[in-house]
Amino acid sequence: MHVNISRAKVIISILAVVLLVLGSVGALTACDESTTDAVAAKKALPRLKVATTTSLYDTGLWGYLEPMFEEEYGVGMDILYAGTGKALEYGRRGDVDVITVHAKAQEEQFVAEGYGVERVPFAYNYFLIVGPEDDPAGIKGLTPEAAFQKLMEDGNGSFVSRGDGSGTHIMEQNIWAAAGYDYEDVRNAGTWYVEAGVGMGPTLTMAHELEAYTLSDMGTYLTFKGDIDLVPIVTEGDILLNVYSVIAINPDNVAVTNLEMTNNLIDFLTSDEIQELMGKYGVEEYGLQLFTPCAGNEPE
Amino acid sequence: MIVSLDPEVMQIAGRSLALAATSCAIATLIALPLSSLIHFNSFRGKRLLINVIQTLYSVPTVVVGLFVFVFISRAGPLGSLGLLFTPAGIVIGQVLLVLPIMMGLTISALRGVDVTLTDTAISLGANRFQTAYVVIKEARFAMLGAVIMGFGRAISEVGLSLMVGGNIRGFTRTLTTAISLETSKGEIELSLALGMILLFIALVVSIVLNRLQQR
Repeated sequence: MHVNISRAKVIISILAVVLLVLGSVGALTACDESTTDAVAAKKALPRLKVATTTSLYDTGLWGYLEPMFEEEYGVGMDILYAGTGKALEYGRRGDVDVITVHAKAQEEQFVAEGYGVERVPFAYNYFLIVGPEDDPAGIKGLTPEAAFQKLMEDGNGSFVSRGDGSGTHIMEQNIWAAAGYDYEDVRNAGTWYVEAGVGMGPTLTMAHELEAYTLSDMGTYLTFKGDIDLVPIVTEGDILLNVYSVIAINPDNVAVTNLEMTNNLIDFLTSDEIQELMGKYGVEEYGLQLFTPCAGNEPE
Repeated sequence: MIVSLDPEVMQIAGRSLALAATSCAIATLIALPLSSLIHFNSFRGKRLLINVIQTLYSVPTVVVGLFVFVFISRAGPLGSLGLLFTPAGIVIGQVLLVLPIMMGLTISALRGVDVTLTDTAISLGANRFQTAYVVIKEARFAMLGAVIMGFGRAISEVGLSLMVGGNIRGFTRTLTTAISLETSKGEIELSLALGMILLFIALVVSIVLNRLQQR
């Protein structure tokens, strides 16, 4: 019975240390040497944090461009995917160095408020309304505004909204406004209007499961087309233009320190070489252009 | 995919394990002494404190995530440390997440020790520390349960890692955030495989810890 308390502590400490060792050994043995080296190399590099809209991530465009940029400029990129609303918020808080987003009015406000240096458009495509092939609401071929009016008045089709403050969600609200409705009325219009609160991919999957309509960017729709039964329903209309731009966070007003590397990224995205690759991205796989390059210029 | 041991998947699995084990180890180092201190001392508000600890079992991971996010974001009080969207940020969150459950279960384990054991120890002339040692020794199996439980909560949480880690490929992506991303991309089979890997890790950890305890 005459034992020392320190032994109990030793046992506890040993337990803890073993856990730690177990964790690190697991981490080391779990990945082969090349990836360990790659991780170590990546950690040692300066890091650039980029918040990007989900559509540029889900289409795989960033995954394609990331290694090129990292190699050219010797930097490790941390890419965070978030809706435009969240990406702008990360920017305001200084948690990222640069954002790639798609909601013109919000971006212009962001720059005007001093959070962003400049809005630089680099690519565009179009939004489209997709839905079940039998088109229960009968909106095929209408303008986006007329299609939304018919959905609202007849209630013959369900609509899944992103509902997450993303660029796509903002675009949807713009269309509702152009169709002459107050968005709050739409939200309360009935069970046919579903607010998903998730990214573009999951929203498309949800619309597929519910046999509903939804608004999607062309890139994400093409990427997901193989797995879902939704077809393009409304594809024509000036309002559907979807411009992606890159904005450096302004170090004068926000505590970011990477402006030089951020400018490298903007130069990279608008360079002839990358613009050409962007224009070709996915064409072979999907048979259609996902992104039209527009280096630094607002598309007409 | 599991059979081919894809290096990226293995790297993610290793990261998940390393993060959860680190968090669990740090939380253990804090929780065990602290709960012993609470158990072996009587003070005002002890019961209330234990109630609070037990209430925190149910704290949602996203709430811990939000809390940590606000603190370590550049605009937050600890912003200058640059911890947001790093593995260290995730560890901070996981430690906070599993501390209550480890402390609560450890206190329960110590309480569960038969009173006659304490009485016998004291009657045999044991001082406070010796009595504590006897009780801790008796409760060690249940205390190990607390550690395993903490590890389980750390490796299985997703809300916090997503919010604080940001799911950055090759840096803060863990098994759970990868599952969440792959599911959203419609890669159901890959997600299922990742889920199996997670369960397998949990199985190995539990076997190792139990072996250790039986020695």
